[in-house]
Amino acid sequence: MLGAVFLGLPLVALFHFTIKGGLEGGITFRHWAELLSGEVDAGGPLWDGISSSLVLAAVTVALMLALLLPTMILVRLRLPRWEKALEFVCLLPLTIPAVAMVVGLAPVYSVVARIFGSGSWTLAFAYVILCLPYAYRALQSNLSAIDVPTLSEAARTLGASWPTVLLRVLLPNLRRGVLAASFISVAVVLGEFTVASLLSRTNLQTAIVLVQKQDPYVAYIVVLLSLALALGLLLVIGRVGAATARSNR
Amino acid sequence: MTLSAPAPATTDDAAAPWVRMSGIVKRYGDVRALDGFSLDLARGELVALLGPSGCGKTTALRALAGLESVSEGTIIVHDVDVSTVPTNRRDMGMVFQSYSLFPHLTAVENVEFGLQMRKVAASERRRRASLMLALVGLEGREDRYAHQLSGGQQQRVALARALVTEPQVLLLDEPLSALDAKVRVELREQIRRIQTELGITTLFVTHDQEEALAMADRVAVMSEGRVEQIGSPEELYSRPATAFVADFVGLSNRLPGVLANGIVSVLGTALPVTSDAVRDGDVTAYVRPEHVRLLPGGVPATVAGTSFLGSMRRTVVTLEDDAKVTVQHDAADEVTLGARVGIALAGNPVAVEAR
Ligand SMILES: Nc1ncnc2c1ncn2[C@@H]1O[C@H](COP(=O)(O)OP(=O)(O)OP(=O)(O)O)[C@@H](O)[C@H]1O
Ligand SMILES: [Mg+2]
Repeated sequence: MLGAVFLGLPLVALFHFTIKGGLEGGITFRHWAELLSGEVDAGGPLWDGISSSLVLAAVTVALMLALLLPTMILVRLRLPRWEKALEFVCLLPLTIPAVAMVVGLAPVYSVVARIFGSGSWTLAFAYVILCLPYAYRALQSNLSAIDVPTLSEAARTLGASWPTVLLRVLLPNLRRGVLAASFISVAVVLGEFTVASLLSRTNLQTAIVLVQKQDPYVAYIVVLLSLALALGLLLVIGRVGAATARSNR
Repeated sequence: MTLSAPAPATTDDAAAPWVRMSGIVKRYGDVRALDGFSLDLARGELVALLGPSGCGKTTALRALAGLESVSEGTIIVHDVDVSTVPTNRRDMGMVFQSYSLFPHLTAVENVEFGLQMRKVAASERRRRASLMLALVGLEGREDRYAHQLSGGQQQRVALARALVTEPQVLLLDEPLSALDAKVRVELREQIRRIQTELGITTLFVTHDQEEALAMADRVAVMSEGRVEQIGSPEELYSRPATAFVADFVGLSNRLPGVLANGIVSVLGTALPVTSDAVRDGDVTAYVRPEHVRLLPGGVPATVAGTSFLGSMRRTVVTLEDDAKVTVQHDAADEVTLGARVGIALAGNPVAVEAR
């Protein structure tokens, strides 16, 4: 209850601020209308930020799943002794402050830029690391709820090749874990500021800060919208999690 | 029945076994899980692989399925050396000890999976899967998911799934061990019936000797990574080749005796021994409980416990040197705890071992 007040009050205040009528007083949705019709945001830093964040989210999720899923399944099937090591590595980013990570990432990114160019999507490499602990947890809980070795072996004896085992047997049973990992990664990416700012990249959050200096109303509306999006994602994760628990009874 | 069954075993098939595993060695680090394991399966027979925990039964089965690579030895199935063929192309049907149904598929979709891998057309697939589910007694439960089925039903779906592709060999790794006693007996009879009906060559792993003796055409008793003896249940029970088999298959009393010129003296009775592998001297004789009887004036003993088994009674008595002997006798012979009785041998020891 107290938590709801703590969380809710600033949001309500923020919302109130965005609909306040300024000097003339009263309540107006003028600022919302302006933003949604694209009148403000001249030069489009905001839309740049949003589009780059969306691209980043997509690339991060794709990269993360492509990296993590086969690795975790392989470790589960063939190298169970490495499970602890994998967990340690995946949870490590939690313990490293973003600032420290940027110091380490800066020289890496000079190399990355040489190889992949300096497109804003390259920030996804760093974001994969940021998302790793959460994605790992989500996949891990799903993975340990199914008997991966036995299911794979059953499918193998029935004539399935390894790619078939992965796509037709394991993936459908890991759907919830994959979804949860994806949603939480999207939420992390959309809310990320520190790394992008310190590496002088553009994303949603850096754009908000930029815009705030010119038009605080717009910035706060976008903050509200992105918060709502994150909240929606968290609710979806909760639903998915509950459904997983039910189906694995 | 429209299922195509392989022709029943004929005499010239007996000469060339359907499955021949020879000299298989499987190492896990220093452990030799299989140590010169050899086994032949004739076409259409059910062989039970019986042995104590850790003797390598599962490993042997998995080696045949290709789930475990072997360090040495060859595996030949239907005249083809499959030693290096990957699991998915060995054409084996397997039922696992743990529940192994694909949780995202219904019962009938599970059964269809193997047919799908073999690119059988959808309608044909559904027809054969439903037929197979009916054969294992699961009509009307085609659309259930694994979590909507009992353990016994899940294993029956798994059996149908393994059989529907008409594999070269059916492999069963203690498929009944997770089930309760009543379902276990029911299901083992069902498995045996279906196996005979389809004439499918089957290797059945179990550590339950009753299960092995009840189901199998032949039983292979394993110990420490190799087959100790293979034979019909009757053969193993009445003519165990080694003391290990005598001890492991059926109940045996281990009694001290003296062997001389093919005659062993146990409990004051002299009886002939068929085996000539053991030299004269002090021996341990393995005597079945039904070959010991209560005899007033026999070797004196005290009743230490007795259990009623329906038509008969098994009584444990203690000899004067504290050795325990199990006697099987008529349920009508009343015995009371602590009573003084006499016992005597009534049949030959099944095996003797140098002491
Ligand atoms: N993956 C493994 N790594 C190391 N050792 C193993 C492995 N699998 C089996 N072993 C060893 O190989 C031996 C045979 O194991 P196996 O599972 O075949 O026994 P089992 O006869 O099936 O026993 P149970 O009746 O308990 O199932 C055992 O000593 C076991 O410890
Ligand atoms: Mg086993």
